Amino acid sequence: MPDTEPIIRLAGVNKWFGPFHVLKDIDLDVARGERIVIAGPSGSGKSTLIRCINRLEEHQEGTIVVDGVTLTDDVKAVEKIRREVGMVFQQFNLFPHLTVLENLMLAPHWVLGLPHADAEERALQQLARVHIGEQAHKYPGQLSGGQQQRVAIARAMCMRPRIMLFDEPTSALDPEMVKEVLDVMIELAEGGMTMLVVTHEMGFAKSVADRVVFMDQGQVVEQAPPGEFFANARHERSRAFLSKILG
Amino acid sequence: MDAPIPFRPLPSRAPPRAATGPFAALRRHLFGTPGNAVTTLLLAALLWAALPPALGWLVGHAVWRADYAACRALEHTAACWGFVAEKWRLILFGRYPYLEQWRPLAATAIVVAALVVTAIPAFWRRELVWLWGAALAAFFVLMSGGIPGLAGVDTGLWGGLPLTVLLTLIGMGASIPIGILLALARRSDLPLLRAMATLYIELVRGVPLITVLFTASFVFPLLLPQGFHLDVLTRVALGIVLFQAAYMAEVVRGGLQALPKGQAEAAAALGLSWWRTQRQVILPQALTLVIPSFVNSLLSTFMDTSLVTVVSMYDLTGALRLALGDAQWRNFFLEGYLFVALIYFACCFAMSRYSHWLEHRLGRWTRR
Repeated sequence: MPDTEPIIRLAGVNKWFGPFHVLKDIDLDVARGERIVIAGPSGSGKSTLIRCINRLEEHQEGTIVVDGVTLTDDVKAVEKIRREVGMVFQQFNLFPHLTVLENLMLAPHWVLGLPHADAEERALQQLARVHIGEQAHKYPGQLSGGQQQRVAIARAMCMRPRIMLFDEPTSALDPEMVKEVLDVMIELAEGGMTMLVVTHEMGFAKSVADRVVFMDQGQVVEQAPPGEFFANARHERSRAFLSKILG
Repeated sequence: MDAPIPFRPLPSRAPPRAATGPFAALRRHLFGTPGNAVTTLLLAALLWAALPPALGWLVGHAVWRADYAACRALEHTAACWGFVAEKWRLILFGRYPYLEQWRPLAATAIVVAALVVTAIPAFWRRELVWLWGAALAAFFVLMSGGIPGLAGVDTGLWGGLPLTVLLTLIGMGASIPIGILLALARRSDLPLLRAMATLYIELVRGVPLITVLFTASFVFPLLLPQGFHLDVLTRVALGIVLFQAAYMAEVVRGGLQALPKGQAEAAAALGLSWWRTQRQVILPQALTLVIPSFVNSLLSTFMDTSLVTVVSMYDLTGALRLALGDAQWRNFFLEGYLFVALIYFACCFAMSRYSHWLEHRLGRWTRR
């Protein structure tokens, strides 16, 4: 398969929560190494969209193909996708009963079957990458929000994913801690990771994204490179959104 | 721009003196307000009035020897522990043959020793399974005998403390795993499994334990195929386990409910299978949260075992009633019940303190 083939392909994806039509006819191709920022007002379906990519949510119509695997009810296929797709959540979702190190070693050990020593080595490596190697033996509750989110990124990275999904990774942080998390994400982007980032950090979008996808009411309104999107959005809805958040 | 003003943190100071120290706290709690002071004085007066006579009855003037004449002469103005001195072996071991009573004593000691070992975190590893296998095997061999050197003793004759301990142990030990499975089933995505678990839990919880015991004892044998025999102890133990499991399931479900959805999602997003997620992420947190309710169940199981007397099994309280069957001593039931209550209290208090300690230790991660 040539590298020009998209690593993620969504075609005609529709999803409902009960009667509520949350995703409407979504078509989206993501190239390998591409960095995509998904923006839009709350309730527009941004989070649901990326949660469909690792099947934390099931779509009802259309097809989603991730790295050559079509997402269906097949549990094995879903678990295979999840091994290759890392996810970072707004609320960090670290496991509070495990130390930082144990949080990082859990999946490499139980999912990839790495022996304890290898899992630990991998975990320490990733902790050093997010600049908190010295916190390895603390519990998540003892860390600041920014540190917890960096641990969460390291935890996802321990699986050596090909794709990283970020669901509003800085929205639950104190303002002083946003930058330390964004810096780690920028380092990841510079390393060539394929990234889909739901965020309101337009500075991050401008400096890192290859493409901004703007959503409202469950549909993709427009997508464009950030320079074009911020300077010259084509849709009325996008302009209204930008004028509100950029002031 | 002017040079910025540097930030100098103020040094931390100790809190004001009056607010600290054990005496300050004591004074505030006992005499902090006029209302508190009056309550304190009233309770102190009550203790002053009640404690000396109580101690006199319990200890000072009590008869300790198994001397019936001396006990009768007291006319209940003081405790007659002579009843306990006379009957303690019957109360502790029930109808188990008198000359063989070292066997239930040894059997109970082995199981209690295994419990103590299990309670110590340094021993928390896989080998505990073997320890329990050996301890329970030793318990049953000692109790039932039937091997050279040990005469056979029918389970119908088992009684007293060993029976109480055994039923509690089996009741808790087996109902916890079953309860966990029921709780997981009740929260499952599979509608049929969920419905069956819910039905089981609600049905069992709608029935009193005494009914379950009657059923296990009298109805169940009628339903067994011809030639198939389960002794009454096994049937009753099974009844207690199946009953307790329904309550355990709801205790565990309470813990599962308390965890944020993000925990399972984060585990799933890492590629962990459903069972792995439950085992490594969900259950360790949920079970730690419900330790207080677990202990509640443990204590009530421990005391509910006394209901087995309705199906002619003589646990601790049942054995006491056997002892009171002696016409000579039957007036000293108060002393008998106090003795049994003391045993219950000592066991329950030990379990309760241990659980507090365990909660604290396992819940280290909840403290910052």
